[in-house]
Amino acid sequence: MAEIRDPLMPVIGVITDVRIDTPDIKTFRVVTPDGKKAFDHRPGQCAMLSIPGVGEAMFSITSSPTNTEYMEFSIKKCGCVTEWLHQAEVGQQLTIRGPYGKPFPVDDVFAGNNLLFIAGGVGLAPLRSVINYCRHYRDRYGKIDIVYGSRSKDDLLDYQEIINEWATDAGVNVHLTIDREQEGWDGHVGFVPNYVKELGFTTDKIAVLCGPPIMIKFTLNGLYELGFDKTQIYTTLELRMKCGIGKCGRCNVGSKYVCKDGPVFRFDELDELPDEY
Amino acid sequence: MQKITRDLLVEKAVSLLENGTVDMVLGWKKGEFDYDITPAVFADADSLKDFVFDDFCGANFSKYLISNTKKTASKVLVFLKPCDTYSFNQLLTEHRFDREKVYAVGIPCDGMVDIHKIRAISGEGIAKIECGEKITVSTIYDETVNIEKADVLAERCVTCKSKKHVAYDELLGEDGEVLESARFDEVEKLESMTADERFEFWQGELSRCIRCNACRDVCPACTCEKCVFDNPASPVENKAAANSFEEKMFHIIRAFHVAGRCTDCGECSRVCPQHIPLHLLNRKFIKDIDNFYGEYQAGEEVGSRAPLVNYTTEDLEPGEAVEGR
Amino acid sequence: MYRISTQSLNTLFEEISRVCTLYIPSENKKGDSVYTRYEAGVEYSNKLNTVRSPKDFFFPHMENLMEFKTEGKTVQLIDIREETEDFVVFGVRPCDVKSFEVLDNVFLNEPVDTYYKNRREHGVIISLACNRPAETCFCGTFGIDAAKPEGDVSAWMTEGYLHLKPNTEKGEKLVSAISGILEECDDTAVTALQENINNIMKKLPLANVTTEKFGGGKTEEFFNAPEWAALSESCLGCGTCTFVCPTCQCYDIKDFNTGKGVIRYRCWDSCMYSEFTKMAHGNNRLSQKERFRQRFMHKLVYYPENNNGLFSCVGCGRCLAKCPISMNIVKVMKTLGGKDNG
Repeated sequence: MAEIRDPLMPVIGVITDVRIDTPDIKTFRVVTPDGKKAFDHRPGQCAMLSIPGVGEAMFSITSSPTNTEYMEFSIKKCGCVTEWLHQAEVGQQLTIRGPYGKPFPVDDVFAGNNLLFIAGGVGLAPLRSVINYCRHYRDRYGKIDIVYGSRSKDDLLDYQEIINEWATDAGVNVHLTIDREQEGWDGHVGFVPNYVKELGFTTDKIAVLCGPPIMIKFTLNGLYELGFDKTQIYTTLELRMKCGIGKCGRCNVGSKYVCKDGPVFRFDELDELPDEY
Repeated sequence: MQKITRDLLVEKAVSLLENGTVDMVLGWKKGEFDYDITPAVFADADSLKDFVFDDFCGANFSKYLISNTKKTASKVLVFLKPCDTYSFNQLLTEHRFDREKVYAVGIPCDGMVDIHKIRAISGEGIAKIECGEKITVSTIYDETVNIEKADVLAERCVTCKSKKHVAYDELLGEDGEVLESARFDEVEKLESMTADERFEFWQGELSRCIRCNACRDVCPACTCEKCVFDNPASPVENKAAANSFEEKMFHIIRAFHVAGRCTDCGECSRVCPQHIPLHLLNRKFIKDIDNFYGEYQAGEEVGSRAPLVNYTTEDLEPGEAVEGR
Repeated sequence: MYRISTQSLNTLFEEISRVCTLYIPSENKKGDSVYTRYEAGVEYSNKLNTVRSPKDFFFPHMENLMEFKTEGKTVQLIDIREETEDFVVFGVRPCDVKSFEVLDNVFLNEPVDTYYKNRREHGVIISLACNRPAETCFCGTFGIDAAKPEGDVSAWMTEGYLHLKPNTEKGEKLVSAISGILEECDDTAVTALQENINNIMKKLPLANVTTEKFGGGKTEEFFNAPEWAALSESCLGCGTCTFVCPTCQCYDIKDFNTGKGVIRYRCWDSCMYSEFTKMAHGNNRLSQKERFRQRFMHKLVYYPENNNGLFSCVGCGRCLAKCPISMNIVKVMKTLGGKDNG
């Protein structure tokens, strides 16, 4: 028995860094106890983290596969596992298994194209992996636009990295926005969907969306108004998951399992699913 | 005495729908066979063609009033057997539905039958069942079996506690009396066991539980918006027993939770796919409450204070209660 | 083909249980048939269906997956898997045998569930043809032949004899291990029985229920059907149908703190339960109608779409017999499949 690893059986991970990003989001750096990356992954894939006795939950891997040293997870406090993680300190061990799901098609569909990333709030977490992957292989892609918004300046995830690294890259345009006016903020104010329309993107690109459902809904409409087609827009879904391998039935929508057939979907693929995700 | 027939109930339902008293009817809908009725909402006279009423219509509709009174624009018609009326009153006591939105028609009942008991006699392959004092079952194997209704009465009807309706807007037929029931006999049998024997009895029964929750979900006393056993934020949430101790906890905690509110309608044991006599747990509580605080029947009166939630200076002290058994 | 006198059934059971653990259907004190570990005194029950399906043998109600020890900030994982011993299950009905194929497609597809695979490899199935199907039976709807049960060894109970025919290597091995008490025979008696069963199957009240309207690619056609509202109207949201179903395989994974460590276990779960899809920040199936629809859409549309048209129902009839409100897949198929269905 012992020689065949069961897909439900995790490996031990250890938290080597905790970064406070926003009042309710922290980014955790995880390696195995011998200091290695637990496993390789592709941009957009997820992993199951667990604290024995507390529970197991699925998180998108926010670090890029090009980072060969560790994995990072940006986690918003919103349930028992995440609440426990938020009080965890460096050196805390946990369990990790994965990678799960279908990644973004970075090496075929995305290659040679202009890319438009649109994120709201913690929705940047799954996109950071693909953004950094594309930045790493900069010459494989065209122009990159990043629209990112959150409630306030304090709620912007990865702010330092965005300002110091993304915004200074050649051919990468970062467009930040916050919901309401705030002291010390001289950037754009307003909701993401409106900002996308204001920016008036041309349709010669592939768009990738991630954020709260309401943002997705209105941003999609905005993109359609600008002339984008469903086949040009990708997103990544989040549903309750337990096994991560398409067996426990929890994330089943239509004939698809979000953990296995997703979480990355193109919008025309989503149209074929019943409306319950 | 007026015989309560399916046609009589349909006639009543149609007239109440047509004169605008009600806009929906809670009733039993015909199934694939002669015994598998489904509780259903009938919205018009035409849909009542599938309405049935016979000896298989055991389902207690009182709990369905919680959801259906929220849907009706005027009133919902419900047919209540005597035992159902106790659940009806208990739910009103607990403010679970709006009485103004219900038109309750009481119907006499001479006991419902249990298909499992019938099948145990007839064998598999039931093609037709003709109800009456004598039940005639014909099978697809060209056999005909005659069964005395008394031999296949549902367990709860064997020890029926009351033929009297304690709530209705209108009564069809004649009302009956509260019965001298032998319903505590089985409890006494359990009480006369040694602790070890009793433990073994319940261990044997409850170890069959598959935690389908049917007993809880059908129970008119279990109307919490969110059951503690379903709430992931609760430390007792579970779907399977992690050990044999936990196995018993679900049912014992549930029995405690409905103590003083359980009317002994017997739905829990009726729906159990594993035939666990869950009603015995509740009956033990009812018997003890009767002994300790004087006879009390939950649901007999709307607004009555159950002894467990009604302190009086004459109440037994905890120690006395234990000795008093 | 081999046979043994039905008078000697206990001899057969003794002989098999000498080889390995044997489970046979036996009546409990409530008169329900349940798979019971055979030992002297356990009586075989010829009742058609066990209350719980034999899926328990491979996908039990509850099983421990692994253990953890935690101390300070450290976590230690303990692999508690052990090689299962060989076991034989006798008297598995043709519908239930087919259910293993439905489960295999889930658990043995990559990535393979090693817990399930372990038990599956060590289990030997002796099936049994149905001499007296019930009115609730509709295995024929799913192309299952009640007269020709599959499994490692097929068995038929004819007048006075139990006939055995091994189908697989595991079956051959078992039969040869007990060959001392078996006699070889031709298949005349079995053929006659099969003809009789086939005639009965045609007379069953649900014989005409068909899957014609269902299958992969029908999501759009059925998902928004107005009929779901009335079908699910009285559903209690309990898990009875799911738990007695031989093909339902949704599960939950939970941790149990024993005080000495943490056991991670798996248990059956039900898409009928209100919390099934609940996340920290929402639930994508809020009403019982949506949850009810999911169960039947999965069996009749989604599963076949992913598994070459195989339906995730074998017509065993357990849900027909056990649902507290007598709502079931037959009523769903008849309502959604049009007037002609059944």
